[in-house]
Amino acid sequence: MMNPLNGRGGGLGGSSSGKNQGGESVVEMFPSGLRVLVVDDDPTCLVILEKMLRTCLYEVTKCNRAEMALSLLRKNKHGFDIVISDVHMPDMDGFKLLEHVGLEMDLPVIMMSADDSKSVVLKGVTHGAVDYLIKPVRMEALKNIWQHVVRKRRIEWSMPTTTHSGSVEETTGERQQQQQQQQREAVSADDDDNNSSSVNEGNNNNNNWRSSSGSSSRKRKDEEGEEQGDEEDASNLKKPRVVWSVELHQQFVAAVNQLGVEKAVPKKILELMNVPGLTRENVASHLQKYRIYLRRLGGVSQHHQGSLNNSFMTGQDASFGSLPTLNAFDLQALGQLPAQSLAQLQASGLTRPAALVSKPGFPGGSTTIVDERSIFSFDNSKMNLLHGVPTGMEPRQLAGLQQQHGMTIQQQIAAVRAGHSLRRPQQQTFSRPQQSSSIRQPMLPNRVSEISGFSSGRSSSIPESSSRVLPTSYANLSTQQQSLAFSNFQQELPVNSFPLASAPGLLSLRKPHSSASEVNSSEAGFTTSSYDMLFSSRQNDWDLRSMLSSSHQDAFSNSEAYSSSRNNNNTSRNQQQQQQQQGMVSHHQVYGNGGGSSLKVKSETMAFHEQYSNQEDLMSALLKQEGIGPVDTEFDFDAYSIDDIPV
Amino acid sequence: MELVQMQKSLQDYTKSLFLEGVLDSQFLQLQQLQDESNPDFVSQVVTLFFQDSDRILNDLSLSLDQQVVDFKKVDPHVHQLKGSSSSIGAQRVKNACVVFRTFCEQQNVEGCHRCLQQVKQEYYLVKNRLETLFKLEQQIVASGGVIPAMELGF
Repeated sequence: MMNPLNGRGGGLGGSSSGKNQGGESVVEMFPSGLRVLVVDDDPTCLVILEKMLRTCLYEVTKCNRAEMALSLLRKNKHGFDIVISDVHMPDMDGFKLLEHVGLEMDLPVIMMSADDSKSVVLKGVTHGAVDYLIKPVRMEALKNIWQHVVRKRRIEWSMPTTTHSGSVEETTGERQQQQQQQQREAVSADDDDNNSSSVNEGNNNNNNWRSSSGSSSRKRKDEEGEEQGDEEDASNLKKPRVVWSVELHQQFVAAVNQLGVEKAVPKKILELMNVPGLTRENVASHLQKYRIYLRRLGGVSQHHQGSLNNSFMTGQDASFGSLPTLNAFDLQALGQLPAQSLAQLQASGLTRPAALVSKPGFPGGSTTIVDERSIFSFDNSKMNLLHGVPTGMEPRQLAGLQQQHGMTIQQQIAAVRAGHSLRRPQQQTFSRPQQSSSIRQPMLPNRVSEISGFSSGRSSSIPESSSRVLPTSYANLSTQQQSLAFSNFQQELPVNSFPLASAPGLLSLRKPHSSASEVNSSEAGFTTSSYDMLFSSRQNDWDLRSMLSSSHQDAFSNSEAYSSSRNNNNTSRNQQQQQQQQGMVSHHQVYGNGGGSSLKVKSETMAFHEQYSNQEDLMSALLKQEGIGPVDTEFDFDAYSIDDIPV
Repeated sequence: MELVQMQKSLQDYTKSLFLEGVLDSQFLQLQQLQDESNPDFVSQVVTLFFQDSDRILNDLSLSLDQQVVDFKKVDPHVHQLKGSSSSIGAQRVKNACVVFRTFCEQQNVEGCHRCLQQVKQEYYLVKNRLETLFKLEQQIVASGGVIPAMELGF
């Protein structure tokens, strides 16, 4: 089953292109022979699935333990084309497995579960699953899973390769074809898939944000050429898929640390790593995933908080290396924002842009960039300032600006817009009632509300977790809000009244410890890259993911996961990185509880992601998906609503 | 009994199970998966389901009998039972699981106990029915006949 099928199934995505090296016969046979790995701890379902898949003429390997599945995949990186995994498994949460597979092997993963609640489905989406099937799974649903493989390959192929690649000749031609196809595909994305998930619409957009693996794989694919690892024949054109070994990853992490997470750009990382044969695209996609991981680890908190505080409060360049742009809110999220800072922030209020500035650099010395009230009241003038914020501004730029000694008002405003940090501080210091009122703010609310939701319960010291650990009921809201916030930003800050209700609710629901870690990471992520968030749907996606994941956590001992992860995360960034380096290993360990941990990682990664912007469409799409519920009405999403996501 | 009669009995019997809601269309999917290369597929899967479910129900009973019920342990079991029962088409079992889960969420011990009873009841019912069904099939096959395909006309 795991033999490399000569081009069969694997990498055949472009069956229509017909340019697979020597793949003529394979093309005809496709999708039979598609190599599927199915993971489910339920023996009954496993057997049924296996039989169904065999009936579809796929090659099936079944596995009832996630760990076993991972090791199978690792041992045979190119031995499978697609993975189908259950969500609820005893030894590892399906979403974590999903992350790992996405990060390490970059294979399409389909999630399935008897649980059809929207929150879980959304979680699947945000974690990068290419589809979500509801049990009982029917044959019809399985018949078409090959489309995910094809889609992924096509997307990857169509990415223009800028770096070397032995397979230039071959891939170029294919790429052109792929591009054409992809374009057509993108246009007709809706018709394209049989899978119900709306995520697949708009391949181009989706690629970016749908899942890090998707986008990264896309780029990487270009670089690496055909990922038909099993096809030896190939042509010299075929570029081997990059395997991120531990050493390579460590080199990567070292380079990222050296550059500073926010400033780490694939190009520079590549230079620092100085690994022959590694392309910028490889690094870029890996960086994306890495950020997600960091985010999830939520480790940003401590480290960032300290820095954030400094940067905000003192207006100095953030001492923290990682997230200079974290605003007060993030700091709060991280839980390290000193009460006084918070007070300052709050005191300054948002009414004045100055308020955004932290003490040293910020007028009013209040880091609370956004006074909840002011934010909520949506001071147009302020908003206008935000509007003025160069949307095109790269996060890096922003970070740079911010770092210059306090944020300029604009930055602050932008930060406020980002909404994360601002809210937080306020929430913490303000009493609940205030928080409720502050929730009004649409833009920030996404994050803020979440945060407030969490922080309310707590003393000022805890804020961070708030955003993430939203109780399930609120989680959705928060994520929505968040997404909304992002979408808002993209839309020039439409004034939306986020479901403030959620905020209060969130507040009460907040779980102190668990959320902390999560939040921190998320917060950190947001603040630092507030602009990113604004302009990067991908980030939003990640944030959303983290948020979503956090929200879903509580079903599964979130607090435990969070607190444990938080501890881990509270290390400095370096530590986080180490954790990161330990890679999946630590990931597993930390997140023994499943869900919770995965979230944390996400938040971490997201925090650092600032590379990818221009994903408004994706953002909108994602937001829309998450935009179910009250928020939905506020925002004029035109694409997906959660209800549209077929599962 | 004549072969034709046996086949008719089997069909009627199967139909009744569908009409009563004991089985749903997912069971038909299973039947469609059965073919010459896998003539016992359905009974194999169902047997697997019985074994697994016995284990789960056992675990559930133990969990619910604890002094302090750990719902975090109870819920996954019910969830899995829900998944597997829905996969073979044991509709009533699945529905009972759904109700069970809501009581779990509410952490209602009393309610959970009742649900467990309900689930067990439905489970034994479907187990009994399916065992009868398989016996009928075996009789037909033993008599040299072919198991008639399920008609969906009802």
